[in-house]
Amino acid sequence: MSEENKATGTVQGRRGSAISMPPWLASLLLLAALLAGWEGYVRLAEVNWFILPPPSVALLEWVEMMTTPKLWFHTWITVLETLLGFAFAVVIGVSFGAMMGKMRRVEQTLHPFVVATQVIPKIALVPLFIVWFGFGLTPKVVIAAVLAFFPILVNTTLGFKSVYRGHREVLLSLNASRWQTITQLELPSALPYILTGMEMGIVLAIIGAVVGEFLGGSEGLGVLAVQRMNAFDTTALFAIIIHLSVVGFVFYALLVGCRRFLIPWHESVQINQKK
Amino acid sequence: MNSEVADSNAIDIVSVEKQFVTRQGPIQALSRTDLGVRRGEFTVLLGPSGCGKTTLLRLIAGLETPSQGEIQIGGAPLWQSGKRDDATVANMGVVFQDPNLFPWLTILDNIALPLKLRGVGKAERHARARELCKLVGIEGFESRWQSELSGGMRQRAAIARALCYEPEVLLMDEPFGALDAITRDSMNIELQRIWMATHKTIVLVTHSISEAVFLADRIVLLSARPGRIEQIIEVPFERPRDLNVQSLPQFMEIREFLRDRLEN
Repeated sequence: MSEENKATGTVQGRRGSAISMPPWLASLLLLAALLAGWEGYVRLAEVNWFILPPPSVALLEWVEMMTTPKLWFHTWITVLETLLGFAFAVVIGVSFGAMMGKMRRVEQTLHPFVVATQVIPKIALVPLFIVWFGFGLTPKVVIAAVLAFFPILVNTTLGFKSVYRGHREVLLSLNASRWQTITQLELPSALPYILTGMEMGIVLAIIGAVVGEFLGGSEGLGVLAVQRMNAFDTTALFAIIIHLSVVGFVFYALLVGCRRFLIPWHESVQINQKK
Repeated sequence: MNSEVADSNAIDIVSVEKQFVTRQGPIQALSRTDLGVRRGEFTVLLGPSGCGKTTLLRLIAGLETPSQGEIQIGGAPLWQSGKRDDATVANMGVVFQDPNLFPWLTILDNIALPLKLRGVGKAERHARARELCKLVGIEGFESRWQSELSGGMRQRAAIARALCYEPEVLLMDEPFGALDAITRDSMNIELQRIWMATHKTIVLVTHSISEAVFLADRIVLLSARPGRIEQIIEVPFERPRDLNVQSLPQFMEIREFLRDRLEN
């Protein structure tokens, strides 16, 4: 990564037109420019704040909101729904994915069902879940799990199918038992794929929980957002969106951290470490 | 050599045949083969591609089942009523053409893997793996990932792993096939040193004539379609051999002879 930077830096240096800049700084500057454009547009064109509040105001609103216990209560509810749903999705997705990856028969039998669950617009099931499970936590946990399940299942299946033949032969020549083959070879081999599925799944789990809250219930950030919208408080709505994005980012960052911790040997992690 | 007692053989191949079933029908990979490998001997299986040399090695390793006949390791049958005998398999270490190290294990843990599978404690298996690192010449790389090692070093680690639980027999399937010529020469010298230090019985598959003549006590020459043993050649040079052996007239003579046989 840094080698690339150095390379581009030299080229630019030769041209003498630009100073070399780390990519994160460039991203940050771009973000600042976008926000400044937004701010400037709202202020200069005198846009009604009900339609679009300036980002500075939305940010201040968010900061102020964070001092209230109310926000943290609803955050806790959404986080709880997300984590529970995600946990179910991981347990079911990984175990079914492992079976489908290992056993051709199981995969052939279950494949039509997997495709069917994929083509159903799952969000459309939310009202059904509310009918079935009421307005409490359960329907949100269920929809979070249903959304997160699919990428975890598909990636786990792929991971178990991608075990390298040569590695299998090593274990075969070493008399490894079936259980040892799973723990020593198949699981570590599939782990990068499983983590990729989980990274996709956690984001979907949050979406599931929030959409579930939109459509029914009295607790959670989704409910809070709907309340603010009904009160025509667009600024607060923006603040909640910012808050939700930060929650999502924290989950995602935690999982990426897990990747570094769990599979430090993998290319996806090592690229960033090479000098 | 046929006068030898069967007891002194590390490997006995008795009337073994192998057919593979394909969509086009059965293919005779190896026709009826008898071969005895003496204890502590360095045997090289040499032949053109498709001659069944790898099949023969995989049969010995227990990675393929013979269609006919019997394989004995140290006098014990490898297959008993359709099941591979675990104790017999444990007496063999296999080195593949690809090092096949596990990327999620450090070099030390890769080498210690066979002991881990047997439930040996961490301290003990690491101590053994350290010794082996020293033996194969990759000391100082114990805590690296395999991706950080060169091809030659990875193959050294693979050899160390195969030696880990002290098998009497080391089976090697074109272990240096993927290496460049210079690395290959030095790996051949290293392998000879390891072999002399450990007194293992080694069976090595190669399609390189020079490698075969340099390493072998006996060369088993195979021919293709169907695979069968064509001739067994004794290689008389003293040990340890160095690369200068290759310029001896007798070395070139054997090499020319083998080349002629392989070409037709």
